[in-house]
Amino acid sequence: MELARDQKTSIPKKKKRSERQKDMLSGYLYIAPFFIIFAIIGLYPALFSIYLAFQKWSGFGPMEFAGLNNFAIVLQDPLFWKSLYNTLIMGVLGTAPQLIVGIVLAYFLNMAAVKFSNFFRVTIFMPYITSMVAVALVFGVFFSSNESSLANFIIGWFGMDPVNWKTSEWGAKIAISLMVFWRWVGYNTIIYLAGLQSIPKDLYEAATIDGANKIQQFFHVTIPLLKPFIVLTVFMSTVGAMQLFAEPTVFLGGQAFNRDEAMTVVMYLYRDAFNLNSFGTASATAVLLLIFIVAIAGLNTWLTSGKKAKRGRI
Amino acid sequence: MAKTKQKRSLGLVPVYAVLIFASLFSLFPFYWMFVMSTRPSEAYNSIPPALIPGTKLVENFQRVLDSIPFFQSMWNTVLLCTSVTLVVLFISSLAGFAFAKFEFPGKNFFFVAILLTMVIPPQLGLIPQYYLVSELGWLDTLFGAGILYLLNPLGIFLMRQYISQSVPDELIEAAKLDGCSNFRIYRSIVLPIVKPAFATLGIIVFTLVWGEFLWQFTVLRSPESYTLQVALASLNNAYNIDFGMLLSGVFWATAPLIIIFLLFNKLFISSITEGSVKS
Repeated sequence: MELARDQKTSIPKKKKRSERQKDMLSGYLYIAPFFIIFAIIGLYPALFSIYLAFQKWSGFGPMEFAGLNNFAIVLQDPLFWKSLYNTLIMGVLGTAPQLIVGIVLAYFLNMAAVKFSNFFRVTIFMPYITSMVAVALVFGVFFSSNESSLANFIIGWFGMDPVNWKTSEWGAKIAISLMVFWRWVGYNTIIYLAGLQSIPKDLYEAATIDGANKIQQFFHVTIPLLKPFIVLTVFMSTVGAMQLFAEPTVFLGGQAFNRDEAMTVVMYLYRDAFNLNSFGTASATAVLLLIFIVAIAGLNTWLTSGKKAKRGRI
Repeated sequence: MAKTKQKRSLGLVPVYAVLIFASLFSLFPFYWMFVMSTRPSEAYNSIPPALIPGTKLVENFQRVLDSIPFFQSMWNTVLLCTSVTLVVLFISSLAGFAFAKFEFPGKNFFFVAILLTMVIPPQLGLIPQYYLVSELGWLDTLFGAGILYLLNPLGIFLMRQYISQSVPDELIEAAKLDGCSNFRIYRSIVLPIVKPAFATLGIIVFTLVWGEFLWQFTVLRSPESYTLQVALASLNNAYNIDFGMLLSGVFWATAPLIIIFLLFNKLFISSITEGSVKS
């Protein structure tokens, strides 16, 4: 009797513990694929890149410790600074208008009185489904340096002289920024629209009762409540802008790596690695890129979630 | 009453003007790409510019087929995107299931670690990744091109959210009492429930891989292994570019996506908002 009771209590206990162990094992097993893949193609290459940044290596033969030499070479190369400058200029030109126009479009699409909102939503979002290569090729023909290209024809209406879009300092930057703008503005609009739809209607009613007009409502209700979405899009588009590669490379075609009007940091990195076989300096550039991305994304997030936002919190 | 209504609809005129302009701005490159793909190459510098479709649709596409293995590249792209998407869905749902429903030491640490991997820019490891793939003999193969996209922290995040919301704990408990193994529970209970989330994540991954360029451009070197993006970019390197052919290639490479998008635009748009808003 005594024995039987003991067994009775001990069996469920044992079973429960093994159940928990089973769950533990399953848990680790099920998350393992991600971490195995991450270790092989994420973490190891990232660490190896950092190691390579301190080595002199052409891809063949033994590596040679180079200390900070690679960083010195990159930081003393005017082309690196040019590519960083280009990246920042195109980043600002391509993304800042995108975010502002996106908020305005989302605000309009969210107005209850606007009809065909669904149709506009679909057309404005459509550029996002094209690939960056497709966009760069279409814009490449549109902005061909030829005097009679469509872009030159259009600016001709405004009395402007034809521009050598692919070889002039500002022509290339403006064309590339415009393609970034075109492809992403609808994407941001849709994200802001989702944000706007999460704002409760009674907040606007309360603001109307308090005597706020539409513009005051926009700046004091809409913008503050949209803040998390603005922070997100600013973060994503700055990180994206720092990684600009496909658009300028494809837009400029065969001459992409020989010219500096639109060379970006990632193009500079790619050129060092795969055209010049200088893996050490390319890796140093990659490390610098990481530092810039973290710094700029951090700065932007700090700015967008700064003082203004606190005031807006209700 | 009527007066205020009239006033309000008049106030909407600038709103419509802006929206119509934005739509035309968005659609024009698609239309123009189509026009150019039906015109002879010289059309791009005719004055006034050609804005109405011409008659060279077939000829231009024929020249695309002569220059690049278009259908092979299309097939490579579809194969690459589909297999990457399936593997990512499997990895993400399995890990999402673990994070949503199992207790194990270090769970939070691992989850935060996954989120942190999103911060590493993909270019940081580019050179070692290239070497790794080349050492393994996967250069110039779809395997080598696909391997990098298997890392998808966002997928795990989305799946965890979805599974913890829509798979009831009671259901799992009940299945366990019936003696179901955890993997069996995943297969017969979790998988059917997460189908809608698969659609969301599937679209995100598929379009991402379809449109990515840097890695495919780095790994794929011979025309037979080209994906559409790399093949299209290679059309642009000739000294004398045939514009009619070039835009014909872009048009036919983009058309399938446009059709899929128009059929499922609601799914596309909601998947993008879900994917980014939840992160």
